[in-house]
Amino acid sequence: MASYKYQYPVEYEVIVVGAGHAGSEAALAAARMGCRTLSLTVNLDHVAFMPCNPSLGGPGKSHIVREIDALGGEMAINMDRTMTQIRMLNTSKGPAVHGLRGQADKVKYHQRMKSVLENQNNLDLKQDVVEDILVEEGRAAGVITKTGLLYRGRRVILTTGTFLQARIIIGEATYNAGPNQQYPANRLSKALERLGFKLLRFKTGTPPRINGNSIDFSQLQEQQGEEGLSFSFLSEPLTGEQDSCWLTYSNPETHQIIRENEDRTPLFSGEIEGTGPRYCPSIEDKVKKFPEKDRHQFFLEPEGRGTEEFYLSGFSTSLPLDIQIQILRTLEGMERAEIMRPGYAIEYDCVASGQFDSTLETKLVTGLFTAGQINGTSGYEEAAGQGLLAGINAALTLENREPLVLKRSQAYIGVLVDELVTKEPREPYRMMTSRAEHRLILRQDNADLRLTPLGREAGLVSDQRWQYFQQKKNEIEEMREYLENKQLNPTPEIRETLQELDSGSLNQPATLEKLLRRPEISYQDLGEIVKDLPEFSQEAVEQLEISIKYQGYIERQMQQVEKFKKMENKLLPRNLDYSQLSNLRQEAREKLNKIQPHSVGQASRIPGVSPADIQVLLIYLEKRRQQQGENG
Amino acid sequence: MAEGKEQFGEEVIVAIATPPGTSGIGKVRISGDKALKVADKIFYSPADVKLKEVESHTINYGFIRDLSGQEIDEVLALVMRSPRSFTREDTVEFDCHGGMLPLQGVLEAALEAGARLAEPGEFSRRAFLNGRIDLAQAEGIIDLINAKSSKGREIALQQLRGRLSEHIGQLRSKLLDILTGVEASIDFPEDEIPELDQTSLGDQLEEIKSELEELIASSRTGRVYQEGIETVIAGKPNVGKSSLLNYLLNENRAIVTDIPGTTRDVITEMISFAGLPLKIVDTAGIHQTEDRVEKIGVEKSQNSLKTADLVLLMLDVSQGITAEDLEIYRLVQDKPLIILVNKTDLPADLSQEQIEERFSAQPVIFISVREETGLQELKDKIYEIIMGGRAAGDYDYIITRLRHQQALEEARDSLKRAIEAYRDGVPADLLAVDLKEVLVKLGEITGDTVAEDIIDRIFADFCIGK
Repeated sequence: MASYKYQYPVEYEVIVVGAGHAGSEAALAAARMGCRTLSLTVNLDHVAFMPCNPSLGGPGKSHIVREIDALGGEMAINMDRTMTQIRMLNTSKGPAVHGLRGQADKVKYHQRMKSVLENQNNLDLKQDVVEDILVEEGRAAGVITKTGLLYRGRRVILTTGTFLQARIIIGEATYNAGPNQQYPANRLSKALERLGFKLLRFKTGTPPRINGNSIDFSQLQEQQGEEGLSFSFLSEPLTGEQDSCWLTYSNPETHQIIRENEDRTPLFSGEIEGTGPRYCPSIEDKVKKFPEKDRHQFFLEPEGRGTEEFYLSGFSTSLPLDIQIQILRTLEGMERAEIMRPGYAIEYDCVASGQFDSTLETKLVTGLFTAGQINGTSGYEEAAGQGLLAGINAALTLENREPLVLKRSQAYIGVLVDELVTKEPREPYRMMTSRAEHRLILRQDNADLRLTPLGREAGLVSDQRWQYFQQKKNEIEEMREYLENKQLNPTPEIRETLQELDSGSLNQPATLEKLLRRPEISYQDLGEIVKDLPEFSQEAVEQLEISIKYQGYIERQMQQVEKFKKMENKLLPRNLDYSQLSNLRQEAREKLNKIQPHSVGQASRIPGVSPADIQVLLIYLEKRRQQQGENG
Repeated sequence: MAEGKEQFGEEVIVAIATPPGTSGIGKVRISGDKALKVADKIFYSPADVKLKEVESHTINYGFIRDLSGQEIDEVLALVMRSPRSFTREDTVEFDCHGGMLPLQGVLEAALEAGARLAEPGEFSRRAFLNGRIDLAQAEGIIDLINAKSSKGREIALQQLRGRLSEHIGQLRSKLLDILTGVEASIDFPEDEIPELDQTSLGDQLEEIKSELEELIASSRTGRVYQEGIETVIAGKPNVGKSSLLNYLLNENRAIVTDIPGTTRDVITEMISFAGLPLKIVDTAGIHQTEDRVEKIGVEKSQNSLKTADLVLLMLDVSQGITAEDLEIYRLVQDKPLIILVNKTDLPADLSQEQIEERFSAQPVIFISVREETGLQELKDKIYEIIMGGRAAGDYDYIITRLRHQQALEEARDSLKRAIEAYRDGVPADLLAVDLKEVLVKLGEITGDTVAEDIIDRIFADFCIGK
């Protein structure tokens, strides 16, 4: 245990270690729910910093951003106020997989989030390096910093990102540092091990940043933003001029240089031990794994309006700097490119799965929570979602209230946490829509309908948001009623209009709801058929068009969710010794003891637990229930 | 489970509730929230009675028809409403005529009408989980589940190695390729994922569908109640195989002659044997031959040996044990096996000791087909081996096959929906729902899951990366 010289006179309820994307959400949630909260960070100039892409979103990830917003988190609003470009992806692929993608102004994003934290009631934001966790009688009691201060707190949330034992690798050069040359947290890693935590070593990487003045944009393909979009349910769409991204490609010459320098590639020489993500391979990895491809695509993303730096997306690398320069200059439009910051790989410690539960509280130390990259995930959005959940649960448990557990059928955040607690991650975990079995229900357009009531109940949703939400809900109901009751008679004029709309004829009276089921007919089209068609908000129209047009599919998924629920609602006791259930198979006993699932549903998702084992668990639960019934 | 079938619940389940064999009456039991609704779909009463409307604990006369209207059996339907039944759920029991064929027919009809096959011990398990039976009985159920599941696994493993799984594996792989393309383009819209070839996608799906149909057709004939328990009569030429078959069939369907090699093809016949459906396969004599036509027959017999559920290996007592006999024995020694020593009416060149030495631990029966001796003993032995001395009502084997059939049919239905949806031009996220359903159904047979497979394939097939 590190010693301290001085105990800070304020006793906090919640202490959040780290103020990145997870830490910011955690601290804001706890403070907004009324807890006296301390946010500690290694460097105040890096609050909500984006050390990798200057962007948020994409399918699955933007779903999480919308969910954070629906629950009362800050990420979406912060993005809407500071972004320089926004687009909607997958518009041709169906509403469930529409995904927003935005370019942030990296500096402004940080500045605004820092200011929100500074101005939040109940929240103190301070710069210091946490080196140890104070644990009393198995409960988290505070943190001790490098400057020798003890901060007492009843809940501690660790959002250390990639800082634990962080090591940066650029070719032959390696040194201990966090992202962007920051101070690493070496002692905290050791402290966690002393407390009994098992740590994993993961790796990730980032591409070089290029001075825009050295890029010949005239040779590059431009990608512009779109009008009418925002991340938050509360924001107005982004207005004003948007910045562009640019596309460039590698070629056989690029690949040749990479191949020739394999002996200087840390990834293949054994210099890098950590497991890297498959969805974010370095350029040297891409060339090796897909030798048949003679070009790879890269995006140049502006880092912000106060700088000329461009982020070269897809070009993540840990090659020596001299080779980075060589290969970069083989790309189209990059012949005279100047690297301002080299690409690098970073290795860091994270907490192996099975050591925290679905509330994100650790099993070893009561009152200690972990969220974000420390839990083996990657991405700002995944981190923020966990931070928000940990903040909410720290606050709820302080009041002895039931913690918030999001189900797989409720939220992508639920899918994310469920997989983190049941499966050993092989690589930094990134959200993808194909991970969600109830994808049609977990849409980004209905995140508020799914989650805002839960956020309100927890006490995080503001009056303003709640009022807005209720208005939207009422309007949806009103519109549904109208569509279901408004009858249409098959007059010759209506038939003619339908023909003009390339739609089938109408032979019998039908409701507008029935007509709207036709894929080719939108609510707007109904205006040509019905005089005085009432106007509803765009949000209400969107909800009804989706729920009516995809009714059959959505109902099928709802049925699956219902089936699913039965098993999710069968709760298993905490700290159950599964080795005593002799009818379980050995592998199942070990896995169940390690993971300690909270429900039979979760148990059934643990690799190595068979359907027969699940039956044994069900019978055990029923026996227990009967015995308890007999005893009283 | 993130996907796939649920473990328990109020789904309607059905099973044959009486032990197999010939008896006057057999029972098919249906239980679950909507048991009465399912029963009414197949039950027709001359008095136009609907089981949904009758009083609890009444017996109702009528007929079972399958969904196409084909009449299957005359039955009495006993209705027991929740909670006054064994499972505490709504329950219908059909008293049918005994014998496997009508019982299987009624079972099939109930499956068609929306029930699913009960797992071993599932009625008892529901009775327990619904608080109907007590702790002591619960222990018994756990044993049952463990015993059955390990046996089930054994069968599953056998079938995994088999032809069915190989076919399913190929279909799965084609579907996964398609779905991987769809999912990759959804999750990585900014990466260079080749556009799905829209024109060929429909054709590809149609092709997979027709392969699936073929598989269903072939597995339909493979169903126990139609094809029966595959029993192969094996032995060198002219040892008396066709004579035995004829005896068993009581008719002259196969050519019987004294010239070796006249049974040039595999001949199969169905018989109802002690209430069990048996498919008897008479093989061409297995021996080296240069005759081309005969060669085909010999190859076919070797194939039928591989798929046999039971082998009757015939020897000729007058010829002793020949090298050819031992060669055939080597092929079949791992199968459930009965050694038949035929032609006991002729002078013997073979003693009990010699047989025991060569075929240790295999059941041996001495028969003479010509004089019809030892044949009752053979029947008893066949019955014993098939039923394995197992507890009454143990249908693992039949159930496993029927379950596969059901999963295949559901997979085909989902694929049909996928094709329709595709033709209607639904967006990718909906198409993916249908395609995933097909894969989940096929996974119920092979035990594979979908989500991780797709993600692994995306990263293996496409160069993804921000």
